[in-house]
Amino acid sequence: MKIIIVGCGKVGSALAEQLDKEGHDIVLVDKKREPLNSVTDTIDVMGIEGSGTSYRTLLDAGIETADLLIAVTGSDELNLLCCLIARKASNCRTIARVRNPQYNEEIEFIKKELGLCMTINPELEAAMEMERLIKIPSAVKIETFARGKAELLKFHVPEHSVLDGMKIADLSNTLHCKILICVVERGEQLYIPSGSFMLHSNDTISFIASPQNAIDFFGKAGIYAHDIKNFMIVGGSTITEYLAQRLVKSDINIKIIEQNRERCEELSELLPNALIINANATDRNILLEEGIEEADAFASLTNFDEENIILSLYAKKHSGAKIFTKITRLTYDDITAEMPLGIIVNPKLITADSILQYARAMQNSMGSNLETLYRIVEDKVEALEFLANDNAKLLGVPLEALSLRPNILVSCINRNGEIIIPTGKDYIQAGDTVVVVTTNKGLKDLNDILL
Amino acid sequence: MNKSIVFYIIGWILNIEAALMVPSAVCSAVYGEKSGFAFLIAMALCLLFGIPLSLRKPKNKVFFAKEGFVTVALTWIVASIMGALPFYLSGQIPSYVDALFEIVSGFTTTGSSILTDIESLDKGMLFWRSFSHWIGGMGILVFMLAIIPMAGGESIHIMRAESPGPSVEKMVPRMKSTAMTLYKIYLEMTLVQIVLLLIGRTPLYDALTLTFGTAGTGGFSVKNDSLASYTYYQQTVITIFMFLFGVNFNVYFLMTMKKFKDALKCEELKWYAIIVVTAIILISLNTGGVTGFFGAVHDSAFQVSSIITTTGYSTLDFNNWPTFSKSILVILMFIGACAGSTGGGIKVSRIVILFKSICNEISYQMHKRSVKVLKFEGKKIANEILRSIHVYFAVYMFIFAFSLLIISLDNFDFTTSFTSVVTTLNNIGPGLEKVGPMGNFSEFSPLSKFVLIFDMLTGRLEIFPMLMLFKIGKDNIMSHKLKLIR
Repeated sequence: MKIIIVGCGKVGSALAEQLDKEGHDIVLVDKKREPLNSVTDTIDVMGIEGSGTSYRTLLDAGIETADLLIAVTGSDELNLLCCLIARKASNCRTIARVRNPQYNEEIEFIKKELGLCMTINPELEAAMEMERLIKIPSAVKIETFARGKAELLKFHVPEHSVLDGMKIADLSNTLHCKILICVVERGEQLYIPSGSFMLHSNDTISFIASPQNAIDFFGKAGIYAHDIKNFMIVGGSTITEYLAQRLVKSDINIKIIEQNRERCEELSELLPNALIINANATDRNILLEEGIEEADAFASLTNFDEENIILSLYAKKHSGAKIFTKITRLTYDDITAEMPLGIIVNPKLITADSILQYARAMQNSMGSNLETLYRIVEDKVEALEFLANDNAKLLGVPLEALSLRPNILVSCINRNGEIIIPTGKDYIQAGDTVVVVTTNKGLKDLNDILL
Repeated sequence: MNKSIVFYIIGWILNIEAALMVPSAVCSAVYGEKSGFAFLIAMALCLLFGIPLSLRKPKNKVFFAKEGFVTVALTWIVASIMGALPFYLSGQIPSYVDALFEIVSGFTTTGSSILTDIESLDKGMLFWRSFSHWIGGMGILVFMLAIIPMAGGESIHIMRAESPGPSVEKMVPRMKSTAMTLYKIYLEMTLVQIVLLLIGRTPLYDALTLTFGTAGTGGFSVKNDSLASYTYYQQTVITIFMFLFGVNFNVYFLMTMKKFKDALKCEELKWYAIIVVTAIILISLNTGGVTGFFGAVHDSAFQVSSIITTTGYSTLDFNNWPTFSKSILVILMFIGACAGSTGGGIKVSRIVILFKSICNEISYQMHKRSVKVLKFEGKKIANEILRSIHVYFAVYMFIFAFSLLIISLDNFDFTTSFTSVVTTLNNIGPGLEKVGPMGNFSEFSPLSKFVLIFDMLTGRLEIFPMLMLFKIGKDNIMSHKLKLIR
């Protein structure tokens, strides 16, 4: 596909890099020369200097033949105007980053009237991801499939767990859970496990289940899962606002520590049920005084990466809380990966990921029965959602009777909205959507999974 | 520096060079010449080094501007060393230095020759000599970029280092498609010219070699008298195509995209045309007395196109022209063709920008507080580009002066020495006096030949890649010395 990206900031360049790897033709547009140069010097994309809201510039960037335009400049208004002009100039699809909470309330209207295919709000996306992880505290990462009906959850197997030394085939007999283990990470190694695969402690496991079954599984497997009651957030940023709004409905005690008095008042107005504390959290006594030791979850969401890292390390030392750390600049991710920072929240990366999923789905919708494509476990594994049409050769055959290629797992069947976590006895019908997890890249068709 | 990737690319270039020798070998076979075996040996040698190097895929993907410059400079040197082998191995050019001079002159699309009797060489050898122009015109690395998949951004550094012009930009998002687009335009124009020459009853062999020389703006002819013995029609076709190959290929790209308005708006094209037309008129008026006006226009048009595009074909011995006309030609030698064409020289765009910056400077000297943005092609020229053009011009003059100094050791007359440096540094071909259109470079000493070889490479690669090699070589020696001291 030919894709134009307007705005060469962190999101823009991350998108350009990934989309370039996936074989798309990318044109980057930015008002300034330097950021463009730094990208075009390292990856094979074209840079155009100019304003994304200028019709002339968009023509230079080849809007007439483009399939998709992604506007990710720092300004919402600019992004929207850019998409509007692009829509009028050609019939390409458009994606805009819109982050102002005020627009967010009217986003459906804006989307419809401006003909946008997708709007993305980084802070809201980040808040939603955090919300999912708060609700299922045992998981370290959750991705949704089948339009939100199934989830892929990732967790670490603790020491002395029931799971240590258990074969996957025995899971359903001993625990009576409807889950399916898709990927096991052991050190540097990755496995798409078969029934005889033995689990060990310290493995990182990704499995598919419906949200209810997942909670059930964690309970039965004895993986620490006491519900989160006290949630302490440092920094009253937009993510905090979205997150608190979403969590207020459940009975979680939210405590927000924010330095700026005015912002505190704003938050207090927006979130009457939350406890807002006006203080500087880097003062070590404040966190202790406000009861960090009793917190079940702790999130450092200030605007400074360094401050967030220190706060999270401090929280880790003084509590057993589940920790979230917001890190925006990923330059030193190899170093931060070794620190006990809990779950890293990066709104920009989440934004890039969501847009990538859309672009992949769009790419695949061109003459293929592939519906969506997710890259999971650091892009090493693909989870593909196929529509089983009448051409599929495996219809009606029980899965255990199929000769599948190695490293392929049929992990979820969506039949008219009902999620089936398949066993060997289940079979695929026409009209089902099927989620296939694999380390093999480049599957294009459901039939490709057969030997 | 990431040496493994540089060697990997050089390996591929050697393989490609072996493949590019095939047409010449076929030509030798068609004419039943024994010298053709020299191609087979040279090809075997290329592959002997090329295949092992190209099989070792580098793990380290680091590739920045420095690697780009070094790769390009080394590639051209290695390709020249291997490219000289057929001449030398066949014994057609007995001295290796001469063979190297000839092939560098070919690859850099200069067209200066050390041969005293061109027609005595085998047809296959002359074919290789002309074909090297065609390869060098658009660039052997750009050719590689078009066919070998390269991951990531390294390609832009290679393209920048090899392609002429003050700022090199891609035409389409993918480097591979950009390189392919360039070669497509190049190939199509080449084919049109071949067909037009064939229509004019040119023998196929002559049509091919003449076109290679024109397309690459090289200038090797297969005849001793260059183009004097060809017909009026053939000379006219070549005049037009020389002019066309000197135009920025961006213009043609815009035309293939059907953006004719944008294509014709090109400021560089405008200046290029103005310079060519003015030069033709002035020379016609100056020389008109001898052959009548139309003859004078035909001859001067041919010579002006030939010199400004740095091709270097000639239909007559312009050494006999009046001094005014000769001076115009020498000035045209410095100007050169458009950036982004196959021609050499300083490039019209650089000259125009330099001229504009002189005007700006004068107005600045008068009004110290004036602010004036320098615009070219309707866009502001970034300060870095402006600076690099100024430095380019300064370095160009230094290299020119040093080369002239060394060439002077051979004790030829001043015009010969001066124009021999002008013509090689700008990749033209003929100079004046002893190195004029009917002369050659055979009398120079080996030292001078090496200096001229360096000038040709420096001129073709626009100076910096070659200088970068010296700098890196010096750094390596220094660090080696330090190790010894320890």
